[in-house]
Amino acid sequence: MDGVLHQVFSGIASGGIYASIALALVMIFTATHHVNFAQGEMAMFSTYIALTLIEAGVPYWGAFVITIVFAMVVGTIVQKILMEPLMNAPVLASVGVFIGLLFIFNSVAGWIFTYTLKPFPTPFGEGGPLLGGFFSRHELGSTAITVVVLFSVWAFFRFTSLGLAMRAAAFNPVSSRLVGVPVATMLALGWGLASGIGAIAGMMVAPIVFLDPNMMGGVLLYAFAGALLGGITNPLGAVLGGFLVGIIENLGGAYIVGTELKLSLALIIIVAVLTLKPAGLFGKVLASRV
Amino acid sequence: MKNTMSRTGIIISCILMAAVPYFFASGYQLFQLTLVVTYAVAILGLNLVTGYNGQVSLGHGAFYAVGAYTTAILMDKFNVPYWATLPISAAVCAGFGFLIGLPALRLGGLYLALTTFALAVAVPQLLKYRLFEDYTGGVQGIVILKPDPPFGLPMTGDQWVFLFTLLVGIVCFVLSANLVKGRIGRAMMAIRDQPLAAEAMGIDIAMLKTRTFAVSALMTGIAGSLGAIAVQFVAPDAFGVPLSLTFFVGFVVGGGASIVGPIFGAIFVEFIPNIADEISKAAPGAVYGVLLIALMFLAPGGCASLVRKAAPYMPWNRKTG
Repeated sequence: MDGVLHQVFSGIASGGIYASIALALVMIFTATHHVNFAQGEMAMFSTYIALTLIEAGVPYWGAFVITIVFAMVVGTIVQKILMEPLMNAPVLASVGVFIGLLFIFNSVAGWIFTYTLKPFPTPFGEGGPLLGGFFSRHELGSTAITVVVLFSVWAFFRFTSLGLAMRAAAFNPVSSRLVGVPVATMLALGWGLASGIGAIAGMMVAPIVFLDPNMMGGVLLYAFAGALLGGITNPLGAVLGGFLVGIIENLGGAYIVGTELKLSLALIIIVAVLTLKPAGLFGKVLASRV
Repeated sequence: MKNTMSRTGIIISCILMAAVPYFFASGYQLFQLTLVVTYAVAILGLNLVTGYNGQVSLGHGAFYAVGAYTTAILMDKFNVPYWATLPISAAVCAGFGFLIGLPALRLGGLYLALTTFALAVAVPQLLKYRLFEDYTGGVQGIVILKPDPPFGLPMTGDQWVFLFTLLVGIVCFVLSANLVKGRIGRAMMAIRDQPLAAEAMGIDIAMLKTRTFAVSALMTGIAGSLGAIAVQFVAPDAFGVPLSLTFFVGFVVGGGASIVGPIFGAIFVEFIPNIADEISKAAPGAVYGVLLIALMFLAPGGCASLVRKAAPYMPWNRKTG
C-alpha cells in the first residue's frame, strides 16, 4: 500500500508539471485553435536562461523571476512575428511553423549550451523526504509552486479586467473588437503568459530529469495527453487531466507496463481519448459551422 | 504531343539515373544515392496523405520503422530472401497504418498531427520493449547481410542494392502518380479542399481518409524495408522523432501534392545535414527550422511549385510556348 501511495504522490508531483504545460497548450488552443508543438522547447530554452543566470551568481528566486519575464517576452515576440500572420492559415502551415520553431529552439540551445546533460539546482534544499516519506522535498516544493501558479492563473482570468478581456478576445474576437478590446494585443499577451507558465514548468522539472536540449520531449507528450484527457477546450479540465496523466503514468509505469514503456502510455491515452470521448472528460463538443 | 515528350523524358531520366551512378559513383556515393531513393519513397508516402489528402502526419518515421524491422526480422530469423520481404512489409505497414488512422482521422487534422507525433515519440521505446526482444534484438538492433547481385551479374553489392532500390522506387512513384491522377486521387484532393462538397458527392470521407493513410503507410513502410537493406542494420534509436520530422521537412521542402516534390525533398534531407554538420552539430536543426518557417511564409508549395513556375521560362519549353 505504501508503494502505491508513494507512486500516487510522485504522480501528483510530475502531474503538476504536465498540468502547467497542458494549461499553456490549452490557453493557446482556445484562443487560436493552434497546438503549439514548440511549447516544450520554449520552456527548455527558458530553463537554460535560468541556469545561466544562477551560474552567474544571481540568487535562485531572482533568476526565477527574470526567466519568467524573459519567457513571456519571447512568447509575445514569437506570436507577434510568426503566429499573427497565420491566424487563419490551414493546419499544415501552422504545424509547419511550430515544428520549425521546435527545431530552432532545440538547435540554438544545443549550439549555445551544448548537448551535455547539466544538473539544475532545486530551491527547496536537499534532505530527507517529508510527509511520512511520500514526498521528496523537491516534489513537495514543485507541487506547491505548480498549485500556486495554476491558482493565480485562474484568479487572474476570473477576477481581473485584463483577464476578462483576454477571455473575451479568445471567445469572440469580433464582438470583443467592437467593444474596444485590443484583440491582437490580448492574443500576444496570452502567448506570453503561456510561455511564462511553460518556463516555470521547465525550471521545476529540470532538477528531476537534468537539463538538456531534449529534456521536454516526454513532458510535452504527457501534457498533450493531459490536455486531451481533460478536454482541450477547457483549461480547468486540462489541469486535472495533467494531474491524472501524472498519476496514471507513475502507477502504470510501476505496476502495469514497466518504466521502459511509460511514453507509450501517453500514446495509449491519446488514442483512447480520441476514440472513446474525443471532447475529453470535461471539454465541450466542438461543432464547426459549415 | 507534350505528354509523349514528357513520358519519353521520364524514361530517359530513369535510365540516366540508373546508369550514371552505376558507372561513375563510388561505393559511398552509391550508398548515399540509395538513401536518397529510399527517403524519396518515404516522403512520397507522407505526401500522399499530407499533400494530396490534407491530413498532417508527424509520425511517418513509425511506419518506416515497422517496414525496416519487418524486413530485418524476416531476413534474420526466418531466412526470407530480401526481395520477398517487401510485399510482406508493405502489407504489415498498410494494416498498421489503417489501425492508427482509424481513430485519429475521424477528427480534425490537428488531432492526427498530435496522435502521430505521440506515435513518433513512442516508437523507439516500443522497439526496445523486452517482450519483443527475441525478435527485435532490443537496444542492440539487428544486423542483416548485404544481398548479392542475382544471376551472377558482374557488379558489386552496392551497385546491385542501388539498382534494386531505384527499381522499386520507380515502381512506387509510377503507382502513386497513377493513383493521384485517377478517380481516387481526385476524391482525395476533394476531401482536402472541400470536405462538405466531397461528402455531398457521395465520398465516404472517413473511409477514404483511412485508406489513404494505409496506402501512405505502405509506401513509407516499403521505404523502410529498402532503407534496412541498404544500411544493413536496424536499431530503435534511429527511428525516433528526428526521423519523422526529417520526413516532414523533406515533404515541405519538396512541396505538397506533387509527385516530383519528394525527390527534391529527399535530396535535401540527405545532403544538406551532411554539409551543415561541418559547421556545427546544431546547424542542421537550425537550417531545418529556419527553412520550414521561411517556406511556410514565402513558398508554401516548396521546390515543386518553384520548378512549376520556372518551367515556362526554360529554353526547352520556349518554342512550344
